[in-house]
Amino acid sequence: MENLVEKLKSEIIEALNLAEMKPEQIDENAPLFVDGLGLDSIDALELIVLLEKKYGLKVANAEEGKKVLYSVNSMAEFITRNKKG
Amino acid sequence: MPYTITNFCIIRNNKAQAGSLSYSDTSVAGHEFLIKAYQHFGISYPKFYKMDNLSRLGFLSVELLLKNHPVHQLYKPEDVGIILSNASSSLSTDIIHQRSISNRSEYFPSPSVFVYTLPNVMIGEICIRHKFSGEGCFFIHERFNAAFLHQYVKLLLDNRIIQCSITGWVEMNEQNYESVVYLIEKQSQTNNQIVNFEPGELNKIYLKDS
Amino acid sequence: MKEIFAIADNIVTPLGFSTQENAANMLKNITGIRQWNDVQIAPEPFYASLIDDETLNQKFASFDDPARFTRFEKMIICSVKDALSNSNVDFTNKKTLFILSTTKGNIDLLEKNKMTVFGNERTSLWHTARLMKEYFSLYHMPLVVSNACISGLLAIIIGARLIRNGLFENVVINGSDIITEFVISGFNSFKSLSTGPCRPFDKTRDGLSLGEGSGTIILSSNRNRSAVPSSVCIGEGFSTNDANHISGPSRTGEGLFLAISKVLNAHAARISYISAHGTATLYNDEMESIAFTRAGLQNVPVNSFKGYWGHTLGAAGVIESAMAIYSLKNNLLLNTLGFNETGVSNPISVISKATPCKLENCLKVASGFGGCNAALLFYKA
Repeated sequence: MENLVEKLKSEIIEALNLAEMKPEQIDENAPLFVDGLGLDSIDALELIVLLEKKYGLKVANAEEGKKVLYSVNSMAEFITRNKKG
Repeated sequence: MPYTITNFCIIRNNKAQAGSLSYSDTSVAGHEFLIKAYQHFGISYPKFYKMDNLSRLGFLSVELLLKNHPVHQLYKPEDVGIILSNASSSLSTDIIHQRSISNRSEYFPSPSVFVYTLPNVMIGEICIRHKFSGEGCFFIHERFNAAFLHQYVKLLLDNRIIQCSITGWVEMNEQNYESVVYLIEKQSQTNNQIVNFEPGELNKIYLKDS
Repeated sequence: MKEIFAIADNIVTPLGFSTQENAANMLKNITGIRQWNDVQIAPEPFYASLIDDETLNQKFASFDDPARFTRFEKMIICSVKDALSNSNVDFTNKKTLFILSTTKGNIDLLEKNKMTVFGNERTSLWHTARLMKEYFSLYHMPLVVSNACISGLLAIIIGARLIRNGLFENVVINGSDIITEFVISGFNSFKSLSTGPCRPFDKTRDGLSLGEGSGTIILSSNRNRSAVPSSVCIGEGFSTNDANHISGPSRTGEGLFLAISKVLNAHAARISYISAHGTATLYNDEMESIAFTRAGLQNVPVNSFKGYWGHTLGAAGVIESAMAIYSLKNNLLLNTLGFNETGVSNPISVISKATPCKLENCLKVASGFGGCNAALLFYKA
């Protein structure tokens, strides 16, 4: 799980072109979309693409999307849960 | 009333120039230069990295064009018009999007790529950065068309639809890039050297050191 | 103010190859949108309004060899030829300008197999301009406007400005776009496609349906350029920018409100009808309802044509304006197909049933990616 969190941070930086950001600057517990990284609606859609592309996981709907994309930790949990299942 | 070209910015051949601002770096490959220039001029706008190459070029051009120019103080946001043009539209990004969908087993269209498959999104980026809300239009011409840009911008100014215009050419294709962007105003506010807003003058500037 | 007349027009969509044909089908509540299950275009089924290839080629064969031109080019030529046939405008004259409005042009040529047939350059919009100049023997190189979903409306605004300022006597405006794998995949990545035919302003709306179309409007300062003297004029129009977000519309309808305010400022008239953009995405329709209400137009009858043709991108502003002109001429308000119950927070007056109504003018609006908005007034001469 810890490895996955670190890996996700790097992948998020790459996918969202957060060039001036380092993985250690992202708090895995903090909300991704309120202030924090200054992400917007396109970034949210891009993170959904990331989950599909790198982990083969589809987010069912906007409702689930909100929960999954809440923080790096919630993304990691979603990945772990669905891989085991 | 005569209109004047109060400033211009030229970015091509790994060189960026606007008034007293100048930067060149021939050690990097084509599009990498835009990032180098962004860093060199100490611009802080993280969204720059999210833009496609065409928007980066347009954004950077206007950034340098307005750096030492009080456009924001002189005009209301709705009185600034952005009229830009190029030959390749958003082709360089169209190709990236097409690649992401050309293979069904690797089919991952990206929203942050697709949004840039429209050339006028660059105008949107410039408006967001500078809070401009006036007239905008993107035209496609085979070559830099000074006669048309002059005709249309003059019309907008004559009809008081806008008070000031950012206009010019922002071209990006897979091999190359070139931007020549002008600031057009009713009279010179800061510059002692008056250059009349005429097609000949636009062309003279466009052909400078090219 | 110098009067500019709408001389002739045409609409090419799955509902027909002329304005009349389209109108007749629309009055019967027929839509061009249906489900497509074509893995060549998208991995999953989708709803769109697509022009049948065979029909297009048959129509085109009366003008020229269909194999020599792309889909996009054939649509433009069919539409422009029909509009010209209803006017006496000399297209080849020095006083006439052709404006082409499109977002993606020959975008299908980026698919490998097609590029080889027509060559690399053909994907460029300046090449389309050159080809049209040759095909129609034009005096001037056509002007190409590519400004997302407001392209068509903006092209009309620009055409009217050029005539008003005495630079041309006639302007022929064509807006065209084709729907391909490229476009479907992009809108799909934005999760903005509807799960059925789109439902503008409706409570259950869940996205837009894409559509193919080509529309032409001929403008002139000489009202006798049409067989029957024209009765509709093009007023002032403006474009603005939200300066807010490149893909999401402003939550307060800022740019659209500004564009509408400028039109209302230029024309003291009371607005009798609004032809909305009405794409049927959650955010667009909500944003428009806010902008209309802010401008004090919440009681003006409003419709969206997207339920008939889908969102035709660079063609939308032109074909929807042609249908708005038709409505003005016939004193008829068409219903918003797909609309049943209001689903926007500001109670605007969406037309749910085709109604005869004495109309003086029509406010046409559009909004698009890049935060752009446009508004234009058509009025009776």
